[in-house]
This record gives sequence, structure tokens and C-alpha cells, in this order.
Amino acid sequence: MENRQIKYVARSTAIAARMLDGEMMIMSPVDSTFFSLNEVASAIWQAADGQTLLADIVDSRICSAFGIDRETALRDAEEFVEQLAKHGILRICTTPVANTPPSGVFHR
Amino acid sequence: MSLLEEINQRAIDLRVPLSVQLDVTYRCNERCIHCYLDHHDRGEMTTDEIIGVLDQLADAGTFFLTFSGGEVFLRRDFLKLVEHARQLLFNVKIKTNAVLIREAQAEQIRELGVDRVQISVYSHRPEVHDAITHLPGSLERTLRGVRLLTAHGVRVSIANVLMNRNIGDQAGVQELARELGVHYTVDPTITPHMDGDRTILSLRIPSTDLERILHDETLVGDVQEFCAPPAPVGADILDGYPCSAGHTFAYISPYAEVFPCVQFPLPCGNLRQQRFADIWKASQALNQVRSIRARDLEVCSECSHVGTCTRCPGLAYMEGNMRGPSSADCEKSWLRTGIRSANMIRKTEFRPSELVQIRCASPQESSLAS
Repeated sequence: MENRQIKYVARSTAIAARMLDGEMMIMSPVDSTFFSLNEVASAIWQAADGQTLLADIVDSRICSAFGIDRETALRDAEEFVEQLAKHGILRICTTPVANTPPSGVFHR
Repeated sequence: MSLLEEINQRAIDLRVPLSVQLDVTYRCNERCIHCYLDHHDRGEMTTDEIIGVLDQLADAGTFFLTFSGGEVFLRRDFLKLVEHARQLLFNVKIKTNAVLIREAQAEQIRELGVDRVQISVYSHRPEVHDAITHLPGSLERTLRGVRLLTAHGVRVSIANVLMNRNIGDQAGVQELARELGVHYTVDPTITPHMDGDRTILSLRIPSTDLERILHDETLVGDVQEFCAPPAPVGADILDGYPCSAGHTFAYISPYAEVFPCVQFPLPCGNLRQQRFADIWKASQALNQVRSIRARDLEVCSECSHVGTCTRCPGLAYMEGNMRGPSSADCEKSWLRTGIRSANMIRKTEFRPSELVQIRCASPQESSLAS
């Protein structure tokens, strides 16, 4: 549980991404795998600024907004970020990181 | 339905221009014999204008962006434009002849996260390739560009356009691509010049060669599947859109003109006078293109190939009717499957010259007749 508390997630600058009808389209820079994130996943993705703990993102953006209990939301969020990290779409770090694309570009 | 097909359908429903090709210049350092462009600069967009266009495309929801030309590296600001596009998180592809790519450009393309670079190679033999490009030493320089890009980890595709000057060299180019470790695509399409001149169509490969290409498993994969007769045409096909032009795809010229597609010279608006979103939503020309369903196509709607034909509405438009057949695609469907298209059957069955024959008689014949 303690490990979960010190997990920062940062969007990669190498991806291609665009919002379409509330869902995020993302292409992996590693293998060109194409992803479409649902509303919950998109919310986590957009908050992945490298400065905010994953647990805090789940608390502030997911639990109350989508009515999901904390334990379930955190477990799902961890699985999700690990899957995206394998494709080079997110970085998972134990310390804060800079140089993520500004979230504004996704909302265009 | 695959995820990409789902996304594409949603983009059609929401009218989002998911893919855009932006030609940043028509100038070129090669003079390819089959090229359809006018290479004179007639007022290209400035750096700031193109950056403004990129911002507008991101706002409109464009995801796949292809930079092409002309030769894109003739613009000194080209990589600055790519950098801006990547900051906006487009999936960026570049089409180039790679002649001007050096170490620095290859490195920057990699650093900017360009998805893929497509490079034209006409033959593995310098004398054939260079005779097509009219640039001595161009094959050697192009291949140096390919090697630099792959050495930096950039994904490269070799595009092999076939014409009567290089037919037979596709196996050599394919082998070259294998040696270089890059993807290979082949395209037997030669299109009319943008000014309407059709003389370059004489470069198209003969039907016998085209038939061989369409049945070559190294080029088309499963020949039995690729060349299978078309399935019966259902209502879903007739209610469908003939192609993505104007639905999820747009083309922008170096002069800020918007068209439904690269090969579809139907003017829809100019970004120097209107915003992209306004043209995309309200252009009468685009809405006319969008209104066409397969069942509205003259002749083609009654053709057994209507669901599988590669019919290009732009080529049909250049033949005189955007709702009509594209003869080059009729030929491909026929040579692929052995089944003639409705357009070909119609032309064979109705020959006015055979129904009404008027011949001038020589004076001698006239006297005999009388």
C-alpha cells in the first residue's frame, strides 16, 4: 500500500493524442499501437502531469466524479498506468518529473 | 470492427477531419516525369500562416497529419513546422525524396517523434530512377537519406510508383527495401496533371503488366482473397460513403486552398479568407461531396464491384463527373477479378460509331453507287 502512495505518472512527450467525443485517442511512439481511452482513463491521463501522485489523482479526479470506491479505483488505475507505460505512453516514477505536454493541447 | 474503424466511423458521424495532408510547397529539386504538380511558387503560405493552420486543425480534431509537397525540405522552416505540429500532438508523417536529408535532419526527425517517413524510390537501378527524377545521382542520395533515417531509428516506407519506364523493377526495389529494413508499398496509379493535361497518363503501365501486378502475391498478399469476385451488393454498401474524401479527410495546398482530397481538385475554400472550421462545416462543395452515397453513383451503383472497387471520386471528377466512374479503377477491378465493370460493359454495348456509320465516298465509289 505504501508503494502506491509514491507513484507519480507523467505523460510522454513522444505520443500523438487527440480528444474525440470525450474519449482520448493515443498512439504509442514505441510500436504505433492505437488506444482509445474511456472517460475515466482519459481523466487519469490528463491529470498525469508528473507532479501529482497517482493516489491523489484517483482521490481528486476519479472517486467522487465517477462514484467509485477508492480501493477499486486505485487498483484499476495502477493496472491502467502500467499497461500504458509498457507502450511508452506514460512514465511511472517515484519522484516528480517535468516535461510533460501541457494538458491544454488535448482539449483543442 | 477494429478500433481504428470504430474511431473512423465516429469521426464520420461527428464530421471530424481525422486526417489531413498539408502540402507545404510545390517546389521540388526533382522533375519526375509522371508528376502532376506545377513546381512554380505561386505564393506559398508563410511560416506563421502554416502554424496558424496547424492550430486550427488541432482545434478541428485532426489526429493524422501528413506533410508533403513538392519537396518539403526545400522550405528552410520545414522542421520548425514539424516541431509545432508535434507540440500539438499530431501523429505526423512526412513524404519526401530524402535527397536533402543529412545527419542533423535525421536526428531531428527522430527527436520530434515523427511516426513515419515515406520516400519515393522508382528503381534499384540508378539509370532508371535518375531518368525518372531527372536529377543525376538522385537514387544514391535518396538511399543515403533512407540509411540515415533508419540509423536514427525512424520508421521509413519506400513508395514504388510504377509506370512504363520502371515496370519490371518492382522486385528489385522490394529486395532493396528488405536489405534496408524498411516497409515497401507499390502504387500503379498515374494521375492527370493538376492543370488538367492528361498526356502523362501515357506513362501508365499496360493492362497485361497491371494484371500481373494485381496477381503477384509478393505485392498483394493472399491472391485468392485479393482477386476474389465481389460479394453480392447489399443495402449497407449502397447506403455507404464511396470514400473518406471530405468526410474524414481534407487536403490543403501550399496556397492555403482546401480540397476534399489530394487528387480531388474541387475548390472548397481558402484559409487566407476563412477559418478551416468554417470551410469544413459550411463549404457547399464539401457538402455536395458528402451528400453522395454509393447508390447515387451513376453507372457504379449498378456495378457488381461497387463494394470493393478502389474508385477514386477525384479521378472521376477529373474525368468530368464526381458521381461517375473512374476508368482507371474500373480497369483495376476488371484485371483483379476478371469481371468487367458496369462502365466497361456499357461502353462495349453502346457504340454510337457502330450504330450510325457515315463515310465519305470517293468520287469513284459515288459514281459506281449511282
